[in-house]
Amino acid sequence: MQLTTGFASPPIDAARAFRLVLDAMAHPARIVDLPEIEAPAPCSPAAAIVLLTLVDATTPLHLAGAHDSESVRDWVRFHLGAPLVGPQDAAFALGAWDALCPLGRFPQGSADYPDRSATLIVEAAELRNDGARLTGPGIEAEAYLALPDTAALQANAAQFPRGLDFLFTSNVQLAALPRSTRIGGA
Amino acid sequence: MTDYNFAYLDEATKRMLRRAILKAVAIPGYQVPFSSREMPMPYGWGTGGVQVTAACLVPEDTLKVIDQGADDTTNAVSIRKFFARVAGVETTEATARASVIQTRHRIPETPLTEGQILVFQVPIPEPLRFLEPRETETRTMHALEDYGLMHVRLYEDIAKHGEIARAYAYPVRVEGRYIMDPSPIPKFDNPKLDNSPALQLFGAGRECRIYALPPYTRVESLDFEDYPFTASKAAGQVCAICGAEDSYLDEVITDDAGGRMFVCSDTDYCATRVAAQAEDAA
Amino acid sequence: MYVAVKGGERAIENAHAWLDDARRGDRDVPDLVLDQIREQLALAVDRVMAEGALYDPDLAALALKQARGDVIEAVFLIRAFRTTLPRFGTSQPVDTGAMQIIRRISATYKDAPGGQVLGPTFDYTHRLLDFGLAQTPDIAAAPEAEISTASVPHILSHLNAEGLMQREDAGGPDVPDLTRAPLEFPAERPLRLQALTRGDEGFLLSLAYSTQRGYGRNHAFVGELRIGHVRVSAFLPELGFEIEFAEIMITECESVNQFQGSKTELAQFTRGYGLVFGQSERKAISMALVDRALRARELGEDLDGAPAQDEEFVLSHCDNIQSSGFLEHIKLPHYVDFQAELELIRKLRRDAAARQAATSQAAE
Repeated sequence: MQLTTGFASPPIDAARAFRLVLDAMAHPARIVDLPEIEAPAPCSPAAAIVLLTLVDATTPLHLAGAHDSESVRDWVRFHLGAPLVGPQDAAFALGAWDALCPLGRFPQGSADYPDRSATLIVEAAELRNDGARLTGPGIEAEAYLALPDTAALQANAAQFPRGLDFLFTSNVQLAALPRSTRIGGA
Repeated sequence: MTDYNFAYLDEATKRMLRRAILKAVAIPGYQVPFSSREMPMPYGWGTGGVQVTAACLVPEDTLKVIDQGADDTTNAVSIRKFFARVAGVETTEATARASVIQTRHRIPETPLTEGQILVFQVPIPEPLRFLEPRETETRTMHALEDYGLMHVRLYEDIAKHGEIARAYAYPVRVEGRYIMDPSPIPKFDNPKLDNSPALQLFGAGRECRIYALPPYTRVESLDFEDYPFTASKAAGQVCAICGAEDSYLDEVITDDAGGRMFVCSDTDYCATRVAAQAEDAA
Repeated sequence: MYVAVKGGERAIENAHAWLDDARRGDRDVPDLVLDQIREQLALAVDRVMAEGALYDPDLAALALKQARGDVIEAVFLIRAFRTTLPRFGTSQPVDTGAMQIIRRISATYKDAPGGQVLGPTFDYTHRLLDFGLAQTPDIAAAPEAEISTASVPHILSHLNAEGLMQREDAGGPDVPDLTRAPLEFPAERPLRLQALTRGDEGFLLSLAYSTQRGYGRNHAFVGELRIGHVRVSAFLPELGFEIEFAEIMITECESVNQFQGSKTELAQFTRGYGLVFGQSERKAISMALVDRALRARELGEDLDGAPAQDEEFVLSHCDNIQSSGFLEHIKLPHYVDFQAELELIRKLRRDAAARQAATSQAAE
């Protein structure tokens, strides 16, 4: 079994990675660069860092599509110990957009506890600051991010305060789209 | 055991806190329950703020800690020393130099900037708690956006006193959705919450809640059209040390014959102004 | 120029030095060693372990010494230490039926299989100050009997066999953990019991007492109180078997309470349950009574607004580390808020005076 490495110095590496993820979540559409790390195929380094930073034995994880591979599963078992679950029980999910859809399969949070919704790590070919016009908390005037399916994400935002939160990852890059972001036209 | 992990908390605890912080940022103004840990300082003394700060700090950070606006108050000194010891971060008293600021009861006068994080220590995170002591009830009110009780209470104040008789911990509405307790800052500070370029995080340790205001979030102090909110402070006074007219002032009793003076509560703001005045004079 | 006194680093350091000095006290008196605290102030050590939620008599003794004998402060030290410890796993439920008993009494039966064992108790002593203890007398060893290895069944199991005792839910494998998830209401019984066993002894005592006096009365008898040593084991999946890793002393109390029955259930007895680290009968009995009071809703009993029946009230206020911290935080500076209040009061008075003046002018 070939296991790629995790963080070299977990407390420090995780702290730095979290600050970048926090920066992204606090500024929807902002593309941040995470450090290089060896990741199990087909997982991007950015997605691997997000998992190492946020996921552990207490957070059920759903692997979707091609990401539900032997190498990713072994890596998750060794580095995170997270229980692998179906979409309906997931706190986190990892996969390409098409593999993750439809979004309604994931916990959306309740009116009492809207925080109890899944965070989706969406692997993308690239992240680009164009396409959908975004406004709302974390965005000074407006921002742009190329989204895989504007209508589905608008429907998600319309559920606020319930809804899913998204971390788009591509190679070492990451951008966030929380449910609070309002998605306008092009 | 002699050595503690970076930023004191173990990694599993920090992950739990970090997940809660991200959800808090994603749902501005909503109080995310988290499983608060016992800290080496008492509940009620900033354990929520300390846990949030511990979850956010990186070795490159420069940390400022204030209590009542001052860097030299006992609890501020104690928390600053704690993080200098367990996270090895640089500390500062200068608002402009700090990347992370933990505060109790004030927002600094110097405007915050992009990239800064302001961490509030919160005693009672639930703005509806004084109207309804039960968590089960207040949770439902937030879920249904049923804030009638709050408006009734504020209007009773107006009927009785001619204005909303709340001087601090003045409730706000976040992005037109959640009513939020801004922590016991004087209402003078409320306007600084609105559309701030900094990320504002709120930690209530004993009550196990984290909530957040992302940068550029709309934050309105509750009021009525005919009774608009005013950010008040000591009327007609200026700081006796630096002459500031725009800062929040503490009243200091100077003798037993009724003598008193007013000085900036933000010690860094005051000292920076005094230093600039000295430079100008030279 | 007047400068407000605001503590400062040196003042704090000096205060800490003074604390260290005061803790040591008169240097002509020998320094307390931890063995003395652990052996001779054992019940204080037990209370610190119980409310600190960490079984380690040596650390509890150290905490008591460091806290100058302030039990809540010692509990706080233990909790703050506990929170930094990594978790290796979860133990199997302890079998209190297999307890090596040092004390076991029942108030509901004159005698029962296994017998009544009085053990080291204050109960039948006359509370007269023993001036002999002011010296350092030689204490003779107590007479010993053969240790019985036979397991001593719980007294209530005899009622169980007759169907007179309500059966307890064995519970699933997913027991919630109070220290790992924020408290949420309604709280299930496992969560309530976790909160109660760490809860402040004085608070639980008062609540339990209030039920006896009629605030949520439920007619409790001490069915059984037992104190002794139990073995703690854990199942290690890597090894595929269970290993014993500790032996701890605990106090267990099962109360027997009346239940009138309902349309669907026959009348039977119900149980309140108390389980506490160390030797702490007062706490275990209090816990059992409060546990039973908190079951009022599930048993369909009249809720008369008694504090002991209100789980949100009890669980939100039973932890002495939370309550003492928040209570004492009001000695921290609050002058910014106070200033805001001061301005508000002055303004309200000015406005009222102006209104009054206007009214009296209008009246003239």
